[in-house]
Amino acid sequence: MLDHLFFTELVGLKVYDLKGRKLGRVRDAAIVPLVNAFRVDRYLLGGGWAWLSVRHDQIQTISLEGIWLRDEQLTPYHRDDYMLRLERDLLDQQIIDVEGRKVVRVTDVTFQRVQVNGHDELRVQEVDIGLRSMFRRLVQGVLPRPLIRRMMMPIPVNSIRWEFCNILESDPQRRLRLNISTRALEAMHPADLADIVEELGASDREALFGSLDSEVAAEALSEIDPDIQASILESLSEEKAAEIIEEMDPDEAADVLAEMEEARSDAILEEMDDEPAHDVEELLEHSEDSAGGLMTTEYVTVPHTATVGEAVAAMKGHDYALESTNTVFLIDADERLWGAVPIARLFLGDPVVPLASLQDERLVSVPVKEQQERVIAIFDKYNLVALPVVDSSKRLIGVITADDIIAILRQN
Amino acid sequence: MFKRLKYHIAVFFSVIGPGFITAVVDNDAGGIFTYSQAGAKYGYLPLWTLLPIMALLIVTQEMCSRMGAVTGKGLSDLIREEFGLRTTFFVMMALVAANLTNVMANFAGIASSLELFGISRYITVPIGALIVWMLVVKGTYASVERIFLFATAIYICYIVSGVMVKPDWKEAALYSVKPVLLFEPAYITLLIGMVGTSVAPWMQFYLQAAIVEKGVSAKEYAESRIEVIVGCVVMTVIAFFIIVACAGAIWSVAPRDIKDSTDAALGLKPFGEYAYLLFCAGLLNASLFAACILPLSTAYTVCEGLGFESGVNKQWNEAPVFYGLFTLLIVIGGGVILIPGFPLVRMILLSQVLNGVLLPFVLIYMTIIVNKKAIMRDWTNSRAYNAVAWTAVAVMIGLTVALVGISLRDISG
Repeated sequence: MLDHLFFTELVGLKVYDLKGRKLGRVRDAAIVPLVNAFRVDRYLLGGGWAWLSVRHDQIQTISLEGIWLRDEQLTPYHRDDYMLRLERDLLDQQIIDVEGRKVVRVTDVTFQRVQVNGHDELRVQEVDIGLRSMFRRLVQGVLPRPLIRRMMMPIPVNSIRWEFCNILESDPQRRLRLNISTRALEAMHPADLADIVEELGASDREALFGSLDSEVAAEALSEIDPDIQASILESLSEEKAAEIIEEMDPDEAADVLAEMEEARSDAILEEMDDEPAHDVEELLEHSEDSAGGLMTTEYVTVPHTATVGEAVAAMKGHDYALESTNTVFLIDADERLWGAVPIARLFLGDPVVPLASLQDERLVSVPVKEQQERVIAIFDKYNLVALPVVDSSKRLIGVITADDIIAILRQN
Repeated sequence: MFKRLKYHIAVFFSVIGPGFITAVVDNDAGGIFTYSQAGAKYGYLPLWTLLPIMALLIVTQEMCSRMGAVTGKGLSDLIREEFGLRTTFFVMMALVAANLTNVMANFAGIASSLELFGISRYITVPIGALIVWMLVVKGTYASVERIFLFATAIYICYIVSGVMVKPDWKEAALYSVKPVLLFEPAYITLLIGMVGTSVAPWMQFYLQAAIVEKGVSAKEYAESRIEVIVGCVVMTVIAFFIIVACAGAIWSVAPRDIKDSTDAALGLKPFGEYAYLLFCAGLLNASLFAACILPLSTAYTVCEGLGFESGVNKQWNEAPVFYGLFTLLIVIGGGVILIPGFPLVRMILLSQVLNGVLLPFVLIYMTIIVNKKAIMRDWTNSRAYNAVAWTAVAVMIGLTVALVGISLRDISG
């Protein structure tokens, strides 16, 4: 009893009508994902002069010997954008293995054969990528199907369940028609998503970013190689690019924009909301390899007279940067840097304790023009996680965090 | 205005590498032998073929680099997507076979260039193989590329040694632009050999993969194209100096056939110890360089096309097929050189046959893909460019088929 069938076996199977006459051979099969993401909905036959289309409920039995129909009202095949055609759209193409978090190339498809209302139906079960499927495909048509099945047994299987496959389609209209969701990708860790994006070709990459949620796109984009970042953003509409950049940390946003041609980055800044655009523009003023080019403008400050309770209250208004914040900076009335308190120390004092009593005894800061190499040396020397950056009149204007330093060291 | 220029210069330096390396490695041990032979036997006469060779090289290389920059995919990826697994599989198998014999030729180059200094091949080949292997397995793409770029600089050896033999520059200049056709079978065979070896299938795959790995985008393509063209020009200049050196040193004394590249180097000896040493150093460098690139490129291409993990930035256990194939090519390619009585010359001829059989397919697939709107978007060939491209492809195919015929005759003869 046959419980599964491979796409390479399906292609070339003879199709017989009610009287046992041969109508033609299977050329391709299609799923209509909007209706059912698993069922093979159409079988396309190449017979005489044109292709015929067989609906799934017109079939009686499917086996390695052939397909027998139970209905003869066949229609000519005409192009249909709602169909995912397996040979044309899936075989040999790249897809994302969401569970394994990598980009793979499809070699074959495994169907499960099920009985529905007394007739056979095929459901896509797995996408095959390994050596076994490669062997199967290379010899298909050369050797008889049952023999191939026996010969391939010793080769290990390498397959991905169909639910974990994310199809790549660069046309946004067609993405909708094929019901391709980005939800599974959005649930991934941004760094994994970034690795996947780096492996894709340009058009798939751009299409993916065009359809991802802006916040996820921003997080993933931050993890991608700067060269690729710029080319992805340049391919998107200015509105979409602006939305994504608004979600990024200002220092990273400034780095991406600095990679682009000026006309383009200006247009994107124009599209952005005033406040984030202003932060980014300020950062763009600084040379890339100076302290100013490394710093972010998202950090938490409180007056030097504040208490622990007031510092906690100040952070509540700063929800956006909390995961990368580890220090609260104290400033005087003229916004000059006065002190720094590691956040962990806030837990040690009652809400009424003045922050001044918890601050680091030795405050290290750098001028905005300080060279990148010096900044790295200071991080290393003082074992810092955050380094405040000040302007010529000692006003606090930004903070460099350890993750920026790690990124630079890795690049070199 | 100035700012824009600065931007373009910055982009140019960021894309430098792939085109340059590919074109220069084209002058590997086999190429050097062909050019030395041309100069030693016919002097300055064959120089005129260099300009057409350069044009052919530019047209074929340009299309590959454009495909890489626009699609972000390798050539084997594109062939797989457009022509299916079976086609890809056979192309890959032929490529592995052709490249393996090329690797052998280059390890032979390493062995013979160092044997001139009395160092046994049983020492040099294993050490060379180990260097090649370590460089790629232990390096990252950026570090490997930096070393490769440095290696391209060593090709200056040929220019210096060419100048040192004091060739007849007037003749050299004249025959560079004046086509001379002798109706002599050996001469025609030589010309075909020169053109036929100038565009090899591996180059198309390597160049496109390197462009992708480098992350060159369609936006940076204008600069990347210049880089590719400059690379082809440099390759031609080096070939010119090799021919001129052999013409000045060997042909002007007594025209003769040379046995191998080291024979050519010895011919330079009367013109000074340095000319001779530089020629040898150039041969060693070229052989070592190609012995690095060819296995690497093969492993990349095969893994991409057949869907295995690949890339020098991956660890061994992440990409076992990639590293396995790479290692195997080096071990076999270097190993056979150590077998006494191994029919190396036949292997090199066989390599020309395999390359020749493969090249028409690769060029035709390439030109079909580069014209697909769905893949190349606004970057397909223009009609005029297509005329040039198909002509170039036809010329290459014609000459390569002729070379296959000649090689087959030599193998059986």
